[in-house]
Amino acid sequence: MKSSAGLHLKTYTLIFFMVIFGPMGDVLLSKGMKRVGAISSFTPANLARLFSTVFSNGMIWLGIASLLAFFIAYTLVLSWADYSFVQPASSIAYGIVALLGYFVLGEVVTPTRWIGVLIICLGVFIVGHTPPRTTEHR
Amino acid sequence: MLREIILLLLIVVAGTGGELCLTRAMKTIGEVHDFRPLSLLRVFGRALRVGWMWIALLLMTAGFFALLAMLSLENVSFVVPVTALSYAAGALGGKLFLGERVAPLRWVGVLLVCAGVTLVWIGKG
Repeated sequence: MKSSAGLHLKTYTLIFFMVIFGPMGDVLLSKGMKRVGAISSFTPANLARLFSTVFSNGMIWLGIASLLAFFIAYTLVLSWADYSFVQPASSIAYGIVALLGYFVLGEVVTPTRWIGVLIICLGVFIVGHTPPRTTEHR
Repeated sequence: MLREIILLLLIVVAGTGGELCLTRAMKTIGEVHDFRPLSLLRVFGRALRVGWMWIALLLMTAGFFALLAMLSLENVSFVVPVTALSYAAGALGGKLFLGERVAPLRWVGVLLVCAGVTLVWIGKG
């Protein structure tokens, strides 16, 4: 029989990796895309041009590497924990993204947006107190 | 504004659909017990033989490109929090598609996340 504490430790360790690598990847992608410039046209020819510009940007590749690390942690944790637990539990990453946007990228974050992010985190806190698996173990 | 809404919908629908397919694929593989690199490679090799994994990768790639497009238009502190809308889609999908029993308390959390997303959108100014 598997210990519940062990299952929780394994789950939260991987969620920790997710909340570090996910936001870092988003911030790196944002920095990279700001260098590329706003996408104003979605015609196939323009998108093809953009494709080569985007993927010759080092910052984008760093972002992809970070998101790949996130994806590995996410994939592993989904092999035992419920999707509807993992996804909300990892949503603290949304708060970390806002903090990184503000402190690292110097973005203007309005008070309403901060309150919104805090409410998202409160939602996460509540979700974190529900059991990680509700379906039958194979 | 319409462009942002379409991109957001694409991020949420393709992203959540992809993650639900990913979950189904990983549940087919079974719980991962061995975290040594070689064993993990074997797990991913097995995962790539599951059809759901390929659908997941396709959908998540579409969601990723929509995210890149939106990040070129808006700040990351706006874009990423509003994509939390996928929580509602995720909880619904988990219940309908994977047969997960979503506890009432978990629904409360999901609703709060949605309220937060609304405020972040309003706070865009």
